[in-house]
Parts: sequence; structure tokens; C-alpha cells
Amino acid sequence: MIAYIIRRLLYAVPILLGVNVITFALFFLVNTPDDMARMQLGVKRVTPEAIASWKQERGYDQPLLYNSAAAGAGKLTHTIFYEKSLRMFVFDFGRADDGRDIAREIRLRMGPSLAVAIPAFFVGLLVYITFALGFAFFRATYIDFWGVVICVAAMSISSMFYIIGGQYLIGKLWHLVPISGFSGGVDALRFILLPAAVGVIGGFGASTRLYRTFFLEEIGKDYVRTARAKGLSEVTVLFRHVLKNALIPILTGVVVAIPFLFIGGLITESFFGIPGLGSYTVDAINSQDFAIVRSMVFIGSLLYIAGLLLTDISYTLVDPRVRLA
Amino acid sequence: MRGIRYTVTPMNANIRRSWSTLLLLVLAGCGGSPWNNPYPAADSGKNILYSSFAERPKHLDPVQSYSSNEITFTAQIYEPPLQYHYLKRPYELIPCVAEQVPQPRYYDVRGRQLPATAAAKDIAYAVYEIKIKRGVKYQPHPAFARNAGGELIYQDLSERELADKNVLADFREQGTRELKARDFVYQIKRLAHPRLHSPILGLMEGYIVGLREYADKLRRVNDELAKKGTGDAWIDLDKYPLAGAEVVDDYTYRIRLNGQYPQFLYWLAMPFFAPVPVEADRFFGQPAMAKKNLTLDWYPVGTGPYMLTENNPNRVMVLERNPNFHGETYPGEGEPGDAAAGLLADAGKPLPFIDKVVFSLEKEGIPSWNKFLQGYYDASGIMSDTFDQAVRFSAGGEAAVTESMQKRGIRLSTTVAVSTYYMGFNMLDSVVGGTSERARKLRQAISIAVDYEEYISIFQNGRGIPAQSPIPPGIFGFRDGRDGINPVVYTWNGREPKRKPIEAAKKLLAEAGYPNGIDAKTGAPLVLYFDVTARGAEVKSTLDWYQNQFAKINVQLQVRPTDYNRFQDKMRKGNAQIYEWGWHADYPDPENFLFLLHSAQSKVKTQGENASNYANPEYDRLFEKMKNMPNSAERQAIIDRMLDILRQDAPWLWGFHPKDYALYHSWYGNLKPNKIAYNTVKYQRIDAALREKKRREWNQPVWWPLVLGALVLAVFAVPAVIAWRRRERGTAQP
Repeated sequence: MIAYIIRRLLYAVPILLGVNVITFALFFLVNTPDDMARMQLGVKRVTPEAIASWKQERGYDQPLLYNSAAAGAGKLTHTIFYEKSLRMFVFDFGRADDGRDIAREIRLRMGPSLAVAIPAFFVGLLVYITFALGFAFFRATYIDFWGVVICVAAMSISSMFYIIGGQYLIGKLWHLVPISGFSGGVDALRFILLPAAVGVIGGFGASTRLYRTFFLEEIGKDYVRTARAKGLSEVTVLFRHVLKNALIPILTGVVVAIPFLFIGGLITESFFGIPGLGSYTVDAINSQDFAIVRSMVFIGSLLYIAGLLLTDISYTLVDPRVRLA
Repeated sequence: MRGIRYTVTPMNANIRRSWSTLLLLVLAGCGGSPWNNPYPAADSGKNILYSSFAERPKHLDPVQSYSSNEITFTAQIYEPPLQYHYLKRPYELIPCVAEQVPQPRYYDVRGRQLPATAAAKDIAYAVYEIKIKRGVKYQPHPAFARNAGGELIYQDLSERELADKNVLADFREQGTRELKARDFVYQIKRLAHPRLHSPILGLMEGYIVGLREYADKLRRVNDELAKKGTGDAWIDLDKYPLAGAEVVDDYTYRIRLNGQYPQFLYWLAMPFFAPVPVEADRFFGQPAMAKKNLTLDWYPVGTGPYMLTENNPNRVMVLERNPNFHGETYPGEGEPGDAAAGLLADAGKPLPFIDKVVFSLEKEGIPSWNKFLQGYYDASGIMSDTFDQAVRFSAGGEAAVTESMQKRGIRLSTTVAVSTYYMGFNMLDSVVGGTSERARKLRQAISIAVDYEEYISIFQNGRGIPAQSPIPPGIFGFRDGRDGINPVVYTWNGREPKRKPIEAAKKLLAEAGYPNGIDAKTGAPLVLYFDVTARGAEVKSTLDWYQNQFAKINVQLQVRPTDYNRFQDKMRKGNAQIYEWGWHADYPDPENFLFLLHSAQSKVKTQGENASNYANPEYDRLFEKMKNMPNSAERQAIIDRMLDILRQDAPWLWGFHPKDYALYHSWYGNLKPNKIAYNTVKYQRIDAALREKKRREWNQPVWWPLVLGALVLAVFAVPAVIAWRRRERGTAQP
């Protein structure tokens, strides 16, 4: 297992390098350093000298990928790509184009994202598995039929509807929780309830239906029939045998999603005023702040690689037949 | 039989405790702060103004800050020498921290003083001597903290000493000092700081004596530091004197300008010329401060009525009363209707009235609107989606709030903005540009065809007035009524301007050589190109509308959408043919609008603000004459002539001046819309008790849907449980 983990981590290096190159290329395909300078300096009375000075201060006056004017290794190192993108491999994210420290901002914003995402994730998992098991238990009955209909309907509705509907009903009409906002400490609970609930309801349709499929697949297997024949109750069969085996495909989707809890939901954070990493990323894209964009893409890639690795490791925990080599 | 003793088990105690807690919470919802209150319960009933911001401010350093979302904050914190009278119209400059509005002294090239009425061509220098008020103190700030020996505590801090400091509040000691004249001079020097990129440096370099050379010098100093590897080191501006800004004594300083520039007084009312203490600049200039986001751009330091105590642009920004505020009183005079509107009731009372201002980040319009209706924001703009919910028009066309708004005591305020939005022609273009009669008549024809009255009605919900020239109402030079109409596009019907009929446009088009939209020379249909930045479904209807307007005279308008950066690029290179743009006044002087069409401001030639690259020698000459004149009948006459030239040449379709609609709750008082000044929070009032009462009234929690939902779930669960129990007891299922 250790060798496998080390191998996977080493694979990550070229992957991250590739991600960096692609991000860099895509970003500068549509934005130039001049454009970025104008974004920061504003619209009124921006002179070419101010733009040149801004670029020089931040190192955007250098060539993008290859500096023919430099000597030796400088041809590659005195470039925007080397100075802006490769430093992230040592987790030096630098400063945003408005001068603020990116690492610090990420640390500050991670908390709010997690505060909403973690409850939504775990509560959602519990709800989806419970309902999916329930539908599997009542398979081929009207409960199962109407459950599937509700799931399909729920997954056909846009998440925006749940957000706006939730704010309208629970915040505006029923006055039960604040419509938007955030606070620290225990007071955060009031602000997290609604976005977390909306997150759970929004994912109900797709996840419950998927998990129901996994459970039904297991229920049809011989070992389940054997368990019933032994006289075990249906609840015991479902929870002790079916759930454990159905966890393998469930884990595929769940474990890989855990790292993305840190990134947060973009639309959710915007509508609920949650100062998380999702809105941080979108603000950076809108303001063409390459420093933040490349940092968030890098972190996202890293988290995705970590998530996949965790998924593989978790397989060995739930399925003794699986061994990593 | 033994007696049964009922023992309270830990489980029972826990259950009872939980129900008690729940009951207390419910009761709290009944009598305490509403459940959906987004603010801490401890703030209920307090003298706090609640507002919102949609975009985080990029800069709070007064040398860099130039956007309206930034000046909302900086204008409450920084105090420049002058300010605008809150109530008087037209806008009038009065002293802020200056003792009086300075009058310039003029000198010729030999240094001899000239009379105030000297001709502009004779004036080599204009000197403004500004005396500041005594006893004005800065807000409490760690930059001023001194030890018993009088030394500044927080200067020259090492990285280790800064390790545990992440926000300003982590610096325990605070101090203050009196405002001095040198602080104003220091700030003027900061305009030229190479790392600060002040947007007005280019403009001021042409006026403030020696500022250009000063900026060059500082750039060299900065380059030297960069070569030594200390590119972030603090530059002590006190070491480098600036010829055009000098300290006379502790309370007097002088600014010397090249030539005559009467509009300079308006700049003295902007935060660019507010004082900045060197101690604060040095405090924030220490190494490692920037890494922790401890900068002057993040934590402004001023003498104003408020100070920024919490800066979390991800969530909330808080202004609190500056305990060291020097005191100012509410004005005792205004316009004729102000007394009747209750705006003079607080005359002579000390400012500010409000203790705290809380700005919450609201990126989306819907939550912001709903929170306003619930009483959690004290004022709100009106989105297009909610316009009909909030505003109705009387038979006479007067705007008023709807009944549902009236029931809540919400008031509407409308005011014409000192802005203009226009469609422009690139005068360098071979088809629509130039000074030929053909091109002029083509532009005039299009000016008639594009019906801005209809545009305002459809796309602005009636919030605007069609523009007759670049100058909006409220600015000297604007003429109302018949005298102010654009005779090329309008006639006067006795009551109001009436747009000429489309036949007049077609006639002009034919005279231009495009009868019925066909080029008489080539026989090809006339196709024009409209470069826009807006894209997406929501603007499609607007762009379709423009195409229909041109189609009225059989001209094809091709829309070329692009992103903002490409658009800017096209404009700089002169590749756009027709475009759309706007301008908001920096100050209430016609020069600030008419300069947009001065040839020296050509966007292609000098990267200036004249996006049409319009050039007319007579217009330029009149502009040079007009710009330095005080408001007078003579100046008005020159402006009238300039507008005649513009209307005939038609480099712009004059577009419209937007009307701002704002809604205010009944507890929000002393409000008079001011489109030029932003330091108006100090005059405003909040009736916190009334607000609290209304909030409780409007936000009682509604429980029955949840109870009903639980009952419904229970009802559906019962048969499910029955079915489950039947299965468990039944025979095995396949």
C-alpha cells in the first residue's frame, strides 16, 4: 500500500504541471496583462504609464513562456509562467493582484465553506441512504414507485429554484432563519441551517435514486437470499449485509467529493452571502485575477488527486478482496 | 406490594432539558429578536444604519480610491479641505477641515501677483493657500501609539513581533494626534508614489508645479531600491520636497498650480486631497505588514466622523463613530422646500447622529430586496424585476410607491443623476466620422431615428430623461425648457420637446447620399457596426431594439459583441464605428462633461476620454475660454454656442440622463439625495426604536407549515410502518 500511495503521489506531479500549463494557456488566451492592469486600476483616467508600472511591479511585464532576451536558464525562469505558476509547487501562492495575501485569504475563507458543506454533506448522506434503503425495502410497492417519481422530479429541478424557493419560503414568508448572511461562532448555526437544508434537498433526487439502484442490485444477490433463509429480519439484512456491500460504489462518489467540500458551492455562497472559497474563485475570474485563479485551480486539482487516492484506500477498508499494489 | 418510586433517569432529564431549551427558543422568537434577524441580537434597538455592498472595494487608500463603491467608505473617514453643502443646490463648496474656501492668487511668469480678473493667458501660476482648523484629531490608531518616552511603539517592528498580529485590533495600544498641514502635503506627494498608481497623477502632473518631476524622482528611487533587492522598502517622502506643495506653518500649506484651473477647488473636496499622516504610512509600510493585509489600502486612517473598525470585504464592513471627531453641526439653511420637508429640524445639532454603519456583502439582488422589505436594510435601490412591486405612476406621470410599500411606510426618492449615457460615433471612421456634410447628415438622421424616450420607457422603467446635450440637470450650463432643446432632433410643442418625425430622419439620410438606406454611389445597403460589451440573454432585447431603431430608416445595424477588454482595445485603436458609453461627474462643473469632446482628449491619439475622437477647432477654442471662467452669463453664452456646434456635428446621440430611484424606510431621516458628495452619513438619522418595533411586527415566525409538514410525514409514515411490520412477520420474500 505504501508503495502504491507513493507512486500515486509521484503521478500527481506531472498532472499538476499539466493543469498549471493548461490553466495558464487558457487564462492568457483571453486576458492580457494589460487587461488585468486595467481591471485593477479602474476605468477612469488610466494612463499607459500606470499600466506599465503596475505590470512591472507584479512581474507581468515579462514574456509569458519564453524570454528570448534573457541568458541561459533565464530564458525559462524570467517568464510569467515560471514566476507565477511553478511557485505553487512549494505552496507559495503569492499575492492577489490587489496586493492581498492569497494563502491567508484561503485560510480565512475555507472555514465558512466547510461550515456549510460539511453538515450538508453528512446530513445529506444520512438522508439519502435512509430513503434509498427505505425504497429498496418497499421495492415494487406504491411507496417505491412514488419515491422514484419524486426523485426524478426533484433532480429535474434546478438548484437555483431550491435556493430562491428556500429563501422565499423559509426566510421571507415564514421568517424562521435569516435570508442570507454569515456570522462566526455559535451564531453561524442560524445562517447555515437554510443553505445546508437547500443543499440536502437539492441533492436528494439524484443521490437517493442512485443509491436505491445500488441497494437493489445487492438485494438480488445470493448471499442476501441466504441471509433471509437463515431467518434474519429484513432490517438486519439491509443494514448488516446489503448496505456494507453497496457502500463500495457509494464510496466512489462520496469520498472523492470530500476534498471539494473545501472549495464550496459557488451559487449557494453567492445567494446566501457565505464568504467562502467558491465565491472567492468566481470573483477572481470576474476580476481577471490570475494569481487567485491559478491558486484555486491548483488547490482544486490537488484536492481531486487526494480524493481519488482516498477513494482507492477506502476500497481496501470496505472490500477485503481489494489490495493496492 | 412495594411502592413504585419514579426515578428521574439521565435520559429523562436530557429529554426534559431539550424540550425546555426548545421552548425557550420559541419564546425567544415570540418576544425577543426575530428569528430571521441576520444581525446579532445584542445590536437590536441600537443606533445603527444597515446597508449593503455588492462588490468588495478594491482600494480604500484615498490616493487610489476612485470608484463609487469605495468612496462610500472613504468619504465617511477622510476629510479633505473642502466639502459640499448638504442641502444647498446648485452644489456649493464649503469648508470641511479648512477654515475657509481658499481663493487663488495669480502670478505671472516673473512672479508678479495679478488681479483675480487677470486673463488666463497671463496667468503663469495659481497659488492656493489653505489654512486648516485647529484641534482636529485623528481617529485612535496604533500608528500614533507612543510609550512613556514619547517614542512610537509600533514602528520598526520585526517579523517576530508581528507574528501574532493579524488584524488592526491585535495592536493593543492606540494613540492620536492633531491634524497638521504637513499631512495634506504628504498626501499630495503620495499621488506621485510609483507603487500607488494614483488615477489622477496624469491629470495633476499637468497642474501641480513640479509633480511630474517629483514622480520621476520617486520612480528612480524605487528602481534603486528594487536593484538592491529591497523593492518593498518604505520610501520616506519627507526626504523629497515637492515644489508645488509646501508647508507654511503647522496649520497652513500652499499648492502651486501651472496656469489657471478653477476646477481645482472641486478636487480639494475629494479624498485624493485628504490628509494622510506619515506615521500611518510608515506603520503600514513596515515589512511583513502587507503579507498580513495590514495596509493603508485596507485600514484607512482619517479625521472624519467615522472610522473603519471591521474590514471583512468577504462579509461585512463596519464604520463606527470616531470618538476624536472634531465636531461639526447640522446645517441651518438649504433650499426653499427643505424646512417643510423637515430637513432643518436638526439645525445646529452636533454630528454625526448615527453611531455605527454596518455594510453587509450582498451579491444578489433578490436576498437584498427581501431583507429590505423585512426591515433589515434601511434603504434600497430598485431592480427592474421589482420595479412594479415598488413603484406606480400616477395619471400625471408622477412616480410614487405602491400601496404595499405605503403600508410599510416606505418612501420613494427620485433624483436625476449627474451622469450621461450616450451612443457615440467614431469620428475617425470613414463612413460615420469626419466633418463632411454627408457624414454629418447621416449622424443627424440616426440621432432622430433612435427614440430615447421609448428606450427609457421600456428599459429603464421610465427612470431617466432624454438628454439634449452632454450636460445633465444640476450642472451649470444645463438649460431647461425650450431654450435647452436640441433643435436638430426636437421641436418644441408648447409644453415639452417633441422628437421630429421619422420622415425628417429619412430626408436627412437621403441628403447624406443614402436614400432609403442605400448608398447612392454604390447601390449597396448601408450597414453600420455597433460594438458592445454586454452579452447574454438579458441584453438581447436592448440590442434588438437598437437594430429596430436603425431599421426605421432602413439602415442595417450589425451588433459586434465582445468582452470589455477587447472593446477597450478597439476604442483605443479607433476600430469601433458606433459604441455606447457613459460618464458620471467628478465635480459639478460643465468642464467635466464638455472635456469629453475636446480634441486633446482623443482616445486614439492621447488615450484620453474623448471616445469619439471628436475634433472641432472652434469648439476647442471655446472650451479653452470657457473652462476657466466662473459661472456667469458670459460663460453660459459660450456654453450655448459650444452645444450648438455639438448638436450640429452630432458626434454623439445624446442618450439620456438616468434618474435614480431609491426607497427608504420610515425610520430613516434627514435624507436628501446628493449625487456629488458621498460624505452624507453624518447628517442622517435612524429612529432605532421605531425600526425595532417594525421589525418585530413584520417578522413574526410562522410555525404552522413546519408542524403541518411534520404531520403529513407522520401520516405517510404510519402505513409504511404498518407495511414494514407486516413484512417482518410474513413469509420470506424472494
